Amino acid sequence: MIPAPFSYRRAASIEEAIALLQQYGGDAKILSGGQSLIPMMKFRLAEPAVIVDINGVPGLDTIEEHNGLLAIGGLVRETTLERSPLIRQQYPIIADTAEVIADPLVRNLATVGGNLAHGDPANDHPATMLALRAEVVARGPSGERVIPIDEFFVDTFTTALAPDEILTEIRVPAPPPHCGGAYMKFERKVGDYAVAAAAAFLALDEAGKIARAGIGLTNVYHKPLRAEAAERALLGQAPSDELFRAAAELAAQAADPTSDLRGPAEYKRAVARTMTLRALQKALSRARAA
Amino acid sequence: MERVPIQLTVNGQSYQVEVEPRMLLVHFIRDVLNLTGTHIGCDTTSCGACTVLWNGRPVKSCTVFAVQADGGELLTVEGLERDGQLHPVQEGFWEEHGLQCGFCTPGMMMTAVALLQENPDPSEEEIRKAISGNLCRCTGYVNIVKAIQYAAHTMRETVPAAAGIAEGE
Amino acid sequence: MTTTPIRGLGHPVKRKEDPRFIRGKGTYVDDIKLPGMLYLDIVRSPYAHARIKRIDPSKALAMPGVVDVITGAELEKAGLAWMPTLMSDRQMVLPTERVVYYAQEVAAVVATDRYTAADAVLAVEVEYEPLTPVLDPFKALEPGAPLVRPDREQKTNHIWHWEAGDKEKTDRIFQEAEVVVSQDLYIPRIHVCSIETCGCVVNYDRATDKLTIWMTSQAPHAHRTVFSLVSGIPEHKIRIISPDIGGGFGGKVPVYPGYVIATYAALKLGKPIKWIEDRSENLQADSFARDYHIHAELAATRDGKIRAMRVHTVADHGAFDAAANPSKFPAGLFSVCTGSYDMEAAHVAVDGVYTNKPPGGVAYRCSFRVTEAVHTIERMVDVLADELGMDPAEIRFKNFIRPEQFPYKSPTGWEYDSGNYPATLQKALDAIGYQELRREQAERRARGELMGIGISTFTEIVGAGPSHTFDILGIKMFDSAEIRVHPTGSAIVRIGVQTQGQGHETTFAQIVAEELGLPVENILVEHGDTDTAPYGLGTYASRSTPVAGAATAVAARKIREKARLIAAHLLEVSPDDLEWHDYAFRVKGSPDRFKTMQEIAFAAYTNFPQGLEGGLEAVCYYDPPNMTFPFGAYVCVVDIDRGTGLVKVREFLAVDDCGTIINPMIVEGQIHGGLTMGMAPALLEEIVYDDNGTILTGTFMDYLLPTAVETPHWKTDKTVTPSPHHPLGAKGVGESPTIGAPPAIVNAVVDALSHLGVRHIDIPITPAKLYQLLAEKGVAE
Repeated sequence: MIPAPFSYRRAASIEEAIALLQQYGGDAKILSGGQSLIPMMKFRLAEPAVIVDINGVPGLDTIEEHNGLLAIGGLVRETTLERSPLIRQQYPIIADTAEVIADPLVRNLATVGGNLAHGDPANDHPATMLALRAEVVARGPSGERVIPIDEFFVDTFTTALAPDEILTEIRVPAPPPHCGGAYMKFERKVGDYAVAAAAAFLALDEAGKIARAGIGLTNVYHKPLRAEAAERALLGQAPSDELFRAAAELAAQAADPTSDLRGPAEYKRAVARTMTLRALQKALSRARAA
Repeated sequence: MERVPIQLTVNGQSYQVEVEPRMLLVHFIRDVLNLTGTHIGCDTTSCGACTVLWNGRPVKSCTVFAVQADGGELLTVEGLERDGQLHPVQEGFWEEHGLQCGFCTPGMMMTAVALLQENPDPSEEEIRKAISGNLCRCTGYVNIVKAIQYAAHTMRETVPAAAGIAEGE
Repeated sequence: MTTTPIRGLGHPVKRKEDPRFIRGKGTYVDDIKLPGMLYLDIVRSPYAHARIKRIDPSKALAMPGVVDVITGAELEKAGLAWMPTLMSDRQMVLPTERVVYYAQEVAAVVATDRYTAADAVLAVEVEYEPLTPVLDPFKALEPGAPLVRPDREQKTNHIWHWEAGDKEKTDRIFQEAEVVVSQDLYIPRIHVCSIETCGCVVNYDRATDKLTIWMTSQAPHAHRTVFSLVSGIPEHKIRIISPDIGGGFGGKVPVYPGYVIATYAALKLGKPIKWIEDRSENLQADSFARDYHIHAELAATRDGKIRAMRVHTVADHGAFDAAANPSKFPAGLFSVCTGSYDMEAAHVAVDGVYTNKPPGGVAYRCSFRVTEAVHTIERMVDVLADELGMDPAEIRFKNFIRPEQFPYKSPTGWEYDSGNYPATLQKALDAIGYQELRREQAERRARGELMGIGISTFTEIVGAGPSHTFDILGIKMFDSAEIRVHPTGSAIVRIGVQTQGQGHETTFAQIVAEELGLPVENILVEHGDTDTAPYGLGTYASRSTPVAGAATAVAARKIREKARLIAAHLLEVSPDDLEWHDYAFRVKGSPDRFKTMQEIAFAAYTNFPQGLEGGLEAVCYYDPPNMTFPFGAYVCVVDIDRGTGLVKVREFLAVDDCGTIINPMIVEGQIHGGLTMGMAPALLEEIVYDDNGTILTGTFMDYLLPTAVETPHWKTDKTVTPSPHHPLGAKGVGESPTIGAPPAIVNAVVDALSHLGVRHIDIPITPAKLYQLLAEKGVAE
């Protein structure tokens, strides 16, 4: 399995990368971690004429908290994310997510930006970022814009990014008090995409009732799915097993998976329900421990 | 055909070559440098037979272009032995029967070397997770886990000798 | 006495092959690089069944670096468009008219490097007229089904019918039986997926007129003979070298079209040719395993004594019968399906069928079709136990062939050499705490949790085989060893079998060390080069230790007999006055008067008695008197996740009995690996096609090899019941766990659900499949 020939351009700055994208239009592809792109090129499912390598662009690989936001650079590797003390302590849902992506070797190269920008509903970060109400920062010829995550995923392999835009940063609101989140993925084996996975984020008020709820689902819809009805059912309620089961059921109903080797659609819907329930339970225990 | 000059260090030795942009790092290592200890077992970034350390991190060299390694350091299985002294991970695989056909072994060992750099005393569960990007069809993994535990023990006993090797120096 | 320890049988000697592997210095086929070498790559069919209307190589040939494009039409002129399979069927090398399975070889390109070759494959234009494929073997047998093989005289998709046992007696017992149970079992198509794929490097030297082929071969001698017969090249002009092999498991027994095309190209172009398939090609087109549709029945008494077994199987062989079974056994040794149980009669019938799927029927780390046989009986015993409300352990104890019945003649004609089944099962049950587990299961059930305990008490049949019964393409299934002792007391051993990871270089050295009293490190084992190794049938079906291991022991004993004469000469006594004891020839009654083999070896070249030939070497071609019958008792404990259908193997204990153990470390490693390759098809692996015959599991993304995370921490133990007819008492072990593990796992899962009326689940037990069943039974979460 050999990729088709291409021209290789290494960008030294984000401006240069954008200029190259403008220059080559749709013929160019951004190379970040390459862990999805290169396999596609080997199978000749992708044959870009030009590869724009952004791995040398400085400043895109930092994880920082400022102004009430967590800012994750688009080039941050999954391994960096899963090992970051800041992420593990303050945003365990993101660590949960990073550590179940592909396998440990792939995670040494795969980037959080690539995971989102690929627009693959089977990828794991999208559900978590939907649950967290993250924002995506994109840089293009006319500068920077901030895209709310709810507007970012358009369709399978299609995002709100323009062809000459690059995802530079993901912004996550800093955690409110008494909050917790968890990502639960069911996969057939390590390295597989999810049969179904769920991200759940909960924040409790002083009375212990649910003040904020976010639920995102992986690989059960034509794009990453936010389970809005399930979120609404949780708001203002005191957490309970019955409440979570009802919310998980609503999440499952929102799913519209396709049947494939991972199982029939009905099964995936059931797994989405199970994963949502378990993610909610874990999120709650984290929120109460916080 | 476009050719790109690259400069990199492999097992401590410096190389300057020109490569076609599409050349996969694994083919560069095997076919250009003739370091055939790094193997190819799949097309889908699944098996890990091609694992090498790139700037100290284990990666699947079938899913990296050689041009990307420009300016970097690689360590392959051939670089583990130093001054006639086997790396503790190599010793562990031999002592604990951590290999059978030997085909996945170089990649498996490179992953193990990197794991022990990060975590000198991994539990069985941590080892199993760390090697879950490397497929072995022969051993059933039990003895690979033991081999890595053996190496971890040896390295803890003799830290100075083993330190730094995963960096490719 | 020698000061260096001998370390013969029973020692966990560290492997002699490892120093090169751990340094990355093994030599696998793709590591071989010759000056001027060209690369071959293959154009493959996108259809499972189609007529080829046109192949246009012109665009490919116009590409810089492309040397040649080879098609079936060209091979036909050379008489090489077809080749024989090991089952006396024939197989297309390259098609001239039609393709009969998805990913079939259609044409080959030769280029200066592998990248250009890959580009050129895409530039070869092929026009197809799609035909209706037939994929289901039962539909293939219906009148009017599309014909897979119009090239054959018989215009049917039925290949052969084969039977064993006594039909009349079996039917009579079934008619009068108090209890009859029956079950359909499907054992799906799987693939061995050695991590190294298949390939070859072919070099034809015009100056010496010699063809050298480095090949991923488990049977280099047999392949040389096939190549000679097919090509007409004299056999001594062909040298096949099987270098280091990255796993075989049965997948490197067949001759694949790629080898033949590469050889043709090397002869035609006069340049060395390398062909290495990629993983997708390996998974999509190389020989598959299993694909058995089984209907099985047991007749028994009401108190649980099995009286008879009746089995009918439809075997899907794909488009060519390219299995690798002994000639007289088109269904392999499937008739060993009465297993470890004594019964009055059995009858087994198998029908082989062509479909538009890749050819094969090779092993997946198992002796010829024994996995299918063992899965059938081990499942059926549990089905019967369920019918009668008996405990699965109790019904096994009641029906085991008793130790005093050995050698035991089975109702399908096999003579089991030795066994002690009750002792092995009892050991397993005691070690795992069976009664305690049953108590735990009852408690968990009361809480609504699903936990199961599965038992498998299998009997293997390996070591093919006796020449009166076993041959492949007429070549008897003996195996060989040649030992040469050097003057200073070291030795070289050459064997006819070929390791793919089993550790022959170590275990065969240990056999010689034990028999000759030479330290194991002074013994070099060589194999895999047909120019130097003695003729043998290769390594598969766990035959290396039973056959070539025996040959090695016998050859060593021949050397010892000559050594006795030299020792007598040196000690100036009669040969009859000497006894071999404690690794030396000692004078009877004066044990401190002795000669070691090292001393004798030196004398064999410097001071041998008149009338005796100099030197110290021997050859043995060993014709085993019988097969060997390793066995074991496995217990598996599973927990089922009611929210996902996931089966978690909590504990697995394998108690194996493979007779005398040569290297316990290697035996344990073989068992760990075999268990993993047993677990994989039970829970994960399956080759799946869509309705058009396109493979859906053609990469490691979808064909699911277990990682260290899915694989349990195997526990092993042993009993030792030597084979009475093997010179060392050894039986072979590499495949026992692959055949024993699947039914233990399935029995555990079924056991977890037996109170809900579940009696059987086909493998692989995927979470999706199991969840559906949980939902049907109302226990899904």
